[in-house]
Amino acid sequence: MNRLEGALERKAEYLIPYIMCGDPDLEMTREIIRILAEEGVLAIELGVPFSDPVADGPVIQAAGERALKNRVTLNQVLELGKKVREDGIDVPLILFSYANPVFHFGMERLVHEAVAHGFDGIIVPDLPYEESVPLRRRGSEAGLSVISLVAPTSRERIKDIVSSAQGFVYCVSSLGTTGMRREFSEQTETFLDTVRMLSPVPTAIGFGISGREHVEHFLDHADAVVVGSALVQKIEKLLPYLADPAQRENALAQLRQFVRGLKSE
Amino acid sequence: MSTVNEKIASHRNSWRFGDFGGRFVPETTMNALIDLEAGFTGAMSDPSFKEELSHWLKNYSGRPTALTFAKRLTEYAGGAKIYLKREDLNHTGAHKINNALGQALLAKRMGKTKLIAETGAGQHGVATATVAALFGLDCEIFMGEEDVKRQQLNVFRMELLGARVVPVKSGTRTLKDATNEALRRWVAEIDHTFYLIGSAVGPHPYPLMVKEFQRVISEEAREQILKRENRLPTDVVACVGGGSNAIGVFAAFLEDREVRLHGVEAAGRGLSTGLHAASLSKGEPGVLHGMYSYFLQDKHGQVTPAHSISAGLDYPGVGPEHAYLHETGRVRYTAVTDQEAIEAVKLLCQTEGILPALESAHAIWEGVQLARQRESQDLVLINLSGRGDKDVETIHKALG
Repeated sequence: MNRLEGALERKAEYLIPYIMCGDPDLEMTREIIRILAEEGVLAIELGVPFSDPVADGPVIQAAGERALKNRVTLNQVLELGKKVREDGIDVPLILFSYANPVFHFGMERLVHEAVAHGFDGIIVPDLPYEESVPLRRRGSEAGLSVISLVAPTSRERIKDIVSSAQGFVYCVSSLGTTGMRREFSEQTETFLDTVRMLSPVPTAIGFGISGREHVEHFLDHADAVVVGSALVQKIEKLLPYLADPAQRENALAQLRQFVRGLKSE
Repeated sequence: MSTVNEKIASHRNSWRFGDFGGRFVPETTMNALIDLEAGFTGAMSDPSFKEELSHWLKNYSGRPTALTFAKRLTEYAGGAKIYLKREDLNHTGAHKINNALGQALLAKRMGKTKLIAETGAGQHGVATATVAALFGLDCEIFMGEEDVKRQQLNVFRMELLGARVVPVKSGTRTLKDATNEALRRWVAEIDHTFYLIGSAVGPHPYPLMVKEFQRVISEEAREQILKRENRLPTDVVACVGGGSNAIGVFAAFLEDREVRLHGVEAAGRGLSTGLHAASLSKGEPGVLHGMYSYFLQDKHGQVTPAHSISAGLDYPGVGPEHAYLHETGRVRYTAVTDQEAIEAVKLLCQTEGILPALESAHAIWEGVQLARQRESQDLVLINLSGRGDKDVETIHKALG
């Protein structure tokens, strides 16, 4: 049982933040991870920038472009995992990367290196159920949970997907890309309840979750909630302050407040 | 190159050409692709669908297109007889309409009310806007912001045809990013929208579907040349960007093992300069736009920009069946530079009175080199995929 599976079993936390590694730089990402861990989260998704992020909306696309300008690589993100563990942070880490950097690195090599660098899971958004067979096999051999996604359009595919799920099942709230949404259709709840009923592992909802209201609402229908674009946008707004040594502390404090604000206490 | 040694293909071989192809898309898109495959398979086994498509190809686009014996070009090359398959004579000026008609009819059959498409220079955008107007469908075209600036006239043409052109501001702001954006939009409106992909690329079943809709090129050409010469061509030559005209002109000849097939990529400023679009000659296997194929990319798997004077070849990847035909050796892939393509434009204008598209000019150049090496009884068939009116300004600049 890796850290992620342990944390899911304890059910102590429910928030899964997503951040883009290297936005604004890897040292700051390390700092942000510390804050997230201190505030209490179920796991952290660490985004690897990619030139063609088809599943992402404008906010995460822009963050990825900034990280690519900083020449952030999959290798460096793995190194970051190691540093986080050296910092004594025990929160489960989930690598979030598109398929091409993973294949280029080598799947076999990646699953082992990821585990060795302190990662517990991996999400590859452009590897659907059928195409993720080789990665899932290697993941379970290495002890890295390969997280599967299900969508409202998955229909009869849901059963197959959840039956082989590792860690948790990531439910995509609605159609389209990642990014904040003001409202969700009523069918979202039905969809979440269906997945939860069928799934042998816990469920998480993501795509569009932007505030405490959403988080509270969806915790009635899922075990965890992923917040990506809203957090990445908050970081984007704080970029000038994070870059200024005189204002950095204050900016990080604001970020901490934002994360606190997402949690329903 | 770890990707080459590591089997990434899963068990679904019907989605693939050898190891290439597949369906590397977010889960949100999967059922739409499954529905599309079912719709396509149903349509292709329905005689009335094929009949309707033939009707439009004949009475709207003007098929069959001519097979022209290029007498003066043959004399210039001084070897094999050169024949040109005249896809430039299609309505809208290129082979793109074959596929656009096929997919638009399929969209109607599947009850979709809106077409979306990506476009580089605007040729596929124009073809899509054309069929949308013809069949009364809504139409939205995604085009990189850079291309919008470079191709103002085609943007206007699409708008004139009633389409909405959406400038794409992400990534390199070219065709690659327009494709990403079209994929994103498709996912958001998947119920009523049909994504009409213009090349033999994308997740299964697109590469297969585009091939089947472009197959008409080689079916006609094979019959035409047998009738005229009573034998098969020695060589068939086509340019390759994504590879739709090439797969179309190769399709009916793939089983004729004695026919040598040649795909011509864009070598841009030269293969050693890094400024080219030769994904098979210089790229590596990888995953983009839903397919496992060859792409231009850096050592970390980030896709790198392509370069070609011809906008239609300016794409950092290639269709998965070409990747397969490259690996099996059935097709020989080579590359021709910007400069050589410009020379070929001049040559064809002055020997045959035909202004080829810059894309097709790459095939003309290679075809002439091949004809030179062959004997006088040999036959070289070149697919003249489009006319060059759209490129006059670029050609003028290059020669100026």
